[in-house]
Amino acid sequence: MATQAPVAIRTRGLEKRYGNNVAVQPLDLEVRAGEVFGLLGPNGAGKTTTILMLLGLTEPSGGTAEVLGLDPARNPLQVKRHVGYLPDNVGFYGGMTGRQNLRYTARLNGLPRDAGEERISGLLERVRLTEAADNHVDTYSRGMLQRLGLADALVKEPSILILDEPTTSIDPIGVAETLALVRELVQDQGVAVLLSSHLLHQVQQVCDRIAIFVNGSVAAMGTVAQLAAAQQSGAQIQLEVGAYGDAEGVAATLRAVPGVSEVTLDPFDRRLWVVTGEPAVRSRIASALLADGKTPWHLRDRGMELDEIYQRYFQASMAAAAGEAVAADV
Amino acid sequence: MSEEPRRERPKQRGIKPKGARQPGRSFGRPVEAPTMQVPMVARFPAGWRVIGAKEFAEHLLSIRFLVLIAIMGLVGVAVVYILAGNIRDAAQQIHDSRYANGQPFPVFLILFTFSPGGTNAGFAGISFAGLITLLLGPLLGLAFGFDAISNERSEGTLPRLVSQPIHRDDVINGKFIASLAIVALILGAVMVILAGIGIFQLGVFPAGDAGLRLLAWYVLAVLYIGFWLALATLFSVVFRRAATAVLVVLGVWLVVTFFGGQIATVIANFFSPAGANSTVGQQVNNLNLQLTIARVFPPGLFNDMTSAILDPRVTSLNYSTSSSQAIPTLLPLSQSLLLIWPYIVTLLAMTAACFAIAYVTFMRQEVRA
Repeated sequence: MATQAPVAIRTRGLEKRYGNNVAVQPLDLEVRAGEVFGLLGPNGAGKTTTILMLLGLTEPSGGTAEVLGLDPARNPLQVKRHVGYLPDNVGFYGGMTGRQNLRYTARLNGLPRDAGEERISGLLERVRLTEAADNHVDTYSRGMLQRLGLADALVKEPSILILDEPTTSIDPIGVAETLALVRELVQDQGVAVLLSSHLLHQVQQVCDRIAIFVNGSVAAMGTVAQLAAAQQSGAQIQLEVGAYGDAEGVAATLRAVPGVSEVTLDPFDRRLWVVTGEPAVRSRIASALLADGKTPWHLRDRGMELDEIYQRYFQASMAAAAGEAVAADV
Repeated sequence: MSEEPRRERPKQRGIKPKGARQPGRSFGRPVEAPTMQVPMVARFPAGWRVIGAKEFAEHLLSIRFLVLIAIMGLVGVAVVYILAGNIRDAAQQIHDSRYANGQPFPVFLILFTFSPGGTNAGFAGISFAGLITLLLGPLLGLAFGFDAISNERSEGTLPRLVSQPIHRDDVINGKFIASLAIVALILGAVMVILAGIGIFQLGVFPAGDAGLRLLAWYVLAVLYIGFWLALATLFSVVFRRAATAVLVVLGVWLVVTFFGGQIATVIANFFSPAGANSTVGQQVNNLNLQLTIARVFPPGLFNDMTSAILDPRVTSLNYSTSSSQAIPTLLPLSQSLLLIWPYIVTLLAMTAACFAIAYVTFMRQEVRA
């Protein structure tokens, strides 16, 4: 095993049911110090419910959760003292300034007054809100609220940071800054980060490991590379190909390459062809196109990007669920 | 699981590996990793105090506070103005009536209990204490409680608040205490203004017994408003929309205040019927049952408290055939308090019941928006 970083969050068979509805199916999860762990999935897949169970804000229906070695359902205050939480759609008291809002959080965490002030100023600086710090929160944009939320989660100097959809409604520059700040915290202070999102590119950028949630259960868990490798295990690979020249001519050339079993037009980008075949075609395609005078301008392995991995896991799980439903009906 | 090389081994702050524990269980690991350790916090701040202080400060600067203190101030001035014409005569009349123990009646109290009455006077014909009972007490309670929790929900601050190291009931407690303090402040200010004008008008200073009785009534009035506050807070937990909570509290207030008497009569006539041909005993029974039932409703309860505390001539709160023959006397404050002790307990119990339901509901509610 490469790392022996201490475990920050560990769940075993953690589940949540509402009557007959299963919100989270038995979940085994481990997040380590100095790691960014991504919970990925569509809305309603059970990400937020899982987070709330880890904070002791929702009672699990079964299984155990251990946060910093403590059971959040039994010891919520200790857990909440050490876990910074940025909720989905975070809100602040509009009649108070950004600084006053953070001060309130500091006081609720029992931080000494002067140390708290210093920390708050530092955090406001880090999320670029120093200028707006003494304006009423009413005047903040959604993105500013989100950044204030990040500062708020950090006021208590958490050992674990839980971020629920931290980058929705932030502009692209803000997103990059937020993610950089998260990485910095992880590297400098060994904070463990649990991050939920449906924005796949960001997750891919910042997360060490991810879990894909579908319908309350984890369809896949691991690093992006591991998930991609698992997808590519079959004998057939898919390549995206774009080349100059008339479309049908390119397709004919591609079909003629030995080992290619299928060539179809990419339904999402009609300039591209999707080539299915054995792995060896990777090395043959470019030369075949060049030999025919059709210079390739795009050649890429399908399935290495998180959104593609996600799509496939998602489709597979939905199909399995549908199959189960049919079986249950019969 | 993670086979990727880590970018950098993190420096860990305050984390001491505890050593491998419970080997055997694995996620594809030969030995379980140690748990991340953090120093346990020995003492947490009292969450309700922090929340209460913040809520109090926010209320003080709110438009709501300004509006209510203006309304209360206007009412206070209006009451004094209406009383001005006839309060001296009324005071003289009461003062002149003789009591067995020769004590003077604390006339200052009639400033708060005297109803100018008169034709088509409407609410203007009600005493200050009556206004608090029927109108202003419920209004104050409603105004500072109806959005206590639902506001945190609609602003999206609730998940952030309850993820701080506080108990969930701290949220309700802190908000309740802050609102009660604000209400006490408003009522206190208005009573001081009223008393000040009264001193000029009557030329009497509320010393001794009168002062103590006023103080006792003030505390009881705050308790009474506390009941409405607790009720409004309960509805702010139950209903996600503040507007719904307002309507429901208003509904309860209307029914209890204006139809409480009728409801009590109907029930009393059913269980202890009395008509024109009934004996005196039956009539008294019927009336007393009506009173008992009316006391289930807080305005009835507080009305009785007011009569006992602000009028030392009141020696019994039930109808009795013998009271008319009793020697007229003034009760000391301790005896008046003893008289209404069960009422105080009932009021507190009703407030506690609102709280209990609010707690339980709040605990079971989902935090998320």
